[in-house]
Amino acid sequence: MNQHLPAIIVTVPLLSAFVITAAGWLNKKLCFPIAIAALGVSLYCSISLLISVASGKIIIYNLGGWAPPWGISYTVDPLNCLVLVAVASVAFINIIATKKNVEEEYPDKIGAFYTLYVLFATGLIGIVITGDAFNLYVLLEIAALTGYALLGMGSRRAPLASLNYIFLGTIGACFYLLGVGYLYIATGSLNMKDLSAILPAIYHSKTILFAFIICLTGLFIKMALFPMHAWLPNAYTYASSPATSLIAPLTTKVMVYAMLRITLDVFTPQYSFGTIGISHSIVWIAIIAIIMGSLMALAQRGLKKMLSYIIVAEVGYMVGGLWLGNRAGITGSILHIINDAAMTLCLFLAVGNIIYKTKTDSFDDLKGLLKKMPLTMGAFILGGLSIIGVPPTCGFFSKWYLISGGLAAGHYAFVAALLFSSLVNVVLFFRIIEIGFFEPFKEHVSGHHECITDQIAGNRIMIEEAPAGMVIPLVIVAGFLIFLGLMTGNIVTSIIQFAIPAGIS
Amino acid sequence: METIVSVKPFLAVLVSILAVPLIVASRNPNLRETWTFIAAGLKFLIIASMVPLLLSGSQIEYTIATVIPGVPIKLRVDPFGILFALVSSFLWIITSVYSIGYMRGLNEHSQTRYFSFFALSLSAAVGVAFSANLFTLFLFYEMLSFSTYPLVTHHQDMEARSSGRKYLLYIVGSSIGLVLPSMLLIYNLTGTLEFTSNGFMQGAGSPAVITILLMALIFGFAKAAVMPFHSWLPAAMVAPTPVSALLHAVAVVKVGVFCIFRIITGVFGANLLTSLNLDTLVCIIASFTMIAASLIALTQDNLKRRLAFSTIGQLSYIILGAALLTPKGLTGGMLHLATHAFGKITLFFCAGAIFVATGAKNISEMVGIGKRMPVTMAAFFIGSLSVIGLPPLGGFLSKWNLILGSLQAHRLSMLFVILLSSLLNAAYFLPIVYKAFFCTSEESLFENKIKEASYWCVIPLVITAIGSIAFFFYPEPFFSLANMAAENFLSARSVAAGASLLKP
Repeated sequence: MNQHLPAIIVTVPLLSAFVITAAGWLNKKLCFPIAIAALGVSLYCSISLLISVASGKIIIYNLGGWAPPWGISYTVDPLNCLVLVAVASVAFINIIATKKNVEEEYPDKIGAFYTLYVLFATGLIGIVITGDAFNLYVLLEIAALTGYALLGMGSRRAPLASLNYIFLGTIGACFYLLGVGYLYIATGSLNMKDLSAILPAIYHSKTILFAFIICLTGLFIKMALFPMHAWLPNAYTYASSPATSLIAPLTTKVMVYAMLRITLDVFTPQYSFGTIGISHSIVWIAIIAIIMGSLMALAQRGLKKMLSYIIVAEVGYMVGGLWLGNRAGITGSILHIINDAAMTLCLFLAVGNIIYKTKTDSFDDLKGLLKKMPLTMGAFILGGLSIIGVPPTCGFFSKWYLISGGLAAGHYAFVAALLFSSLVNVVLFFRIIEIGFFEPFKEHVSGHHECITDQIAGNRIMIEEAPAGMVIPLVIVAGFLIFLGLMTGNIVTSIIQFAIPAGIS
Repeated sequence: METIVSVKPFLAVLVSILAVPLIVASRNPNLRETWTFIAAGLKFLIIASMVPLLLSGSQIEYTIATVIPGVPIKLRVDPFGILFALVSSFLWIITSVYSIGYMRGLNEHSQTRYFSFFALSLSAAVGVAFSANLFTLFLFYEMLSFSTYPLVTHHQDMEARSSGRKYLLYIVGSSIGLVLPSMLLIYNLTGTLEFTSNGFMQGAGSPAVITILLMALIFGFAKAAVMPFHSWLPAAMVAPTPVSALLHAVAVVKVGVFCIFRIITGVFGANLLTSLNLDTLVCIIASFTMIAASLIALTQDNLKRRLAFSTIGQLSYIILGAALLTPKGLTGGMLHLATHAFGKITLFFCAGAIFVATGAKNISEMVGIGKRMPVTMAAFFIGSLSVIGLPPLGGFLSKWNLILGSLQAHRLSMLFVILLSSLLNAAYFLPIVYKAFFCTSEESLFENKIKEASYWCVIPLVITAIGSIAFFFYPEPFFSLANMAAENFLSARSVAAGASLLKP
């Protein structure tokens, strides 16, 4: 049983998709338990795999017993086991936290929603676990197609935003496929391990350079690296909350993982960071992404859109960290994949709760919310502090490594951009806290001997939290941000340091 | 020096965090305040129980977690740290009594939130005192920044919001913008962040880099309110008075100077700073703030704002003490941390008591108030004498040591700065007291009938005023702790510098 975990983690949710569709015809109530069971199995598998590859072991699993380069192989190594757990747990927690919301948003489409949901999770898990460059493309499309559908099932403007995403996402995927095609022509192989053995001999070839660049470009579009981010904010803003809180934490992060896999594993770091000499330019693009993402977030008056632009900035963090090309930077980049997934999940779940209660996410309607929804807002603030990078939340630690990387590489502009973005994040989140905390303004109550009105004013706002089923998972995720932060040492020493090729100092 | 591993410092930090859920869960205000008292009492007892060990020359260490390889969250109790922790945890007990009188006297709203965040702030302050490395220090420093925000903005009105903005802009802006990158740069240069008694930056970078780092850290720890990073402190006076008293005269601002003291002694070290002549630079910065803040204080009519500017000036005495880098100077700086705490908290308590009893905020409204509130104004007089630095009050001890320290350092100019600044202190405090007691009955704004604030308010300020006097006569264990710490910090001064110190 245990040796088949890499297959089970993908096949169980894949097959469950069909069962859910069928169950949806019979009885809608069955869909949720089946979906949650399937995702639970995936989560269990991912954690067992994480435990077994901790401290540097690698598991290679050949699907159907066909050996590569002909068969498809799944690989679990220190680079992807963490991302695997992140994907599986986000999907699992989110499905629990949004159950009530889904029932209200899609009373007639529960079957369809959960089918798409598990398929999306399958696609992402597959992208992370596969050791085959072409198989990655296939799973990329599975995740993308289901993602378009999930995002499209939102408000009135969602289908258009999703269509925009389809166009750009398809272009991105095609770029990637084209790159893989070139690699196949040049090497005759699609297996990543195989490719990495063959490629060094032909690194001088222009075909390989072109293949590498075009693969990367495709991934940059899919991960919404500025200025290729245009699809993201609207798609995430107009979608329904349950879909956003699944897709926003995961899609961009998984694409960043794919970039890591290609640059570090399929190609050698010496090639990616040295020979072709593009790393400096990419770090600069990342710097611009961080700054522009932060500034555009500052211009928003709605929670979801603001968070979407924060994601654009965070993508810049991860891309920049990797292309600094040193150990601290790459550590920060990998760490930030997990941390950012957790932080974004926390924030989007909180926003989901807010929208559930108030039906809007506009800043103007947040007045008095700190009193009305103390737990939701508490979690939101904790998520915000993590995005700002306040210790001991996890966001601080990835920022620590990223800044260290920037200093070690002498890339002070990147360091400055990270600090700038932190400061902008302070403004972003405290602006919201201010509205929730101070407004609606009371009469001046702090003065002397006029305090009875104050008691009344204080009690006028009653607590109106979202249902427990939505709040409890959110609070757990928020607490997890601190736990994850305190675990940084363990994560880095027992996993991430083995994920980084030995040659990088 | 013997090092003992013990969980006590961690418990001292933790006890007030653990009190928060109990405070929140209490439905009855009396029960809620009981939890505050239990937490405050326990915290003080735990800290006090460590004093004998430290006096015997040991250190206490405890590693909470190794979060980043090589940079653990680690606590270490040394004489300097415990001196600060002792003062702030003791004054927390007194302030809690006062808070009850003040908050209930004014029927303030959201008292549960107030007491919860107060407890959190104290945890953070003690955490800073016990930090063994710069990273732990930063962690608790940030915790303090964010947990005091709801206290500063307690009134939740327009004014509170704009002050809150200013507070965040200065405090968080400088810590993220200056301290965080400096800390990482130091880590990159040296591979460690652990405080040592003589600093670890020797030879880590060029003089220019060292200078920039030192400046970034001195201004970055904006809680110390070194000019021009001071204007958050007068703005933060919109907070309820107990907050101004404990946090903006003791815990928060002292955390700022504590951090600067730590980096001067524990990160850069005496030898490095003297060899680059950076101690002179810090002396100049500190003396500028001392004089300028005192001059501004003269012009303030709002009592709390005058006290705030006075605090800004007094904080720089402590920084000056650190920058003198002589045994007496360091001792004086550390003692001033304690004596100013007792003196200034008394003054704030008085300001609050006056507000509760009469509603007066401005000094011009306090003519003749001595006849109405004699006990309060007597305490005010004692507090101001201590801050000015006259015997027989605690403030004299610290200023005397600072003066000796500047002589040891052969900095006559600093001697004059201290004296001038003390004269200015007298100039902005004594007229208040004079007008309160000695005025004709036509001038007096109050009737000749004694009516003090409630006992909850008066007893604390009497205790701290007596504390200021007692400090002069019984400066132990603070004096020994400060002496031990100063010896530690200067133990590795190079022979040449040491020889010049011994000269009369």
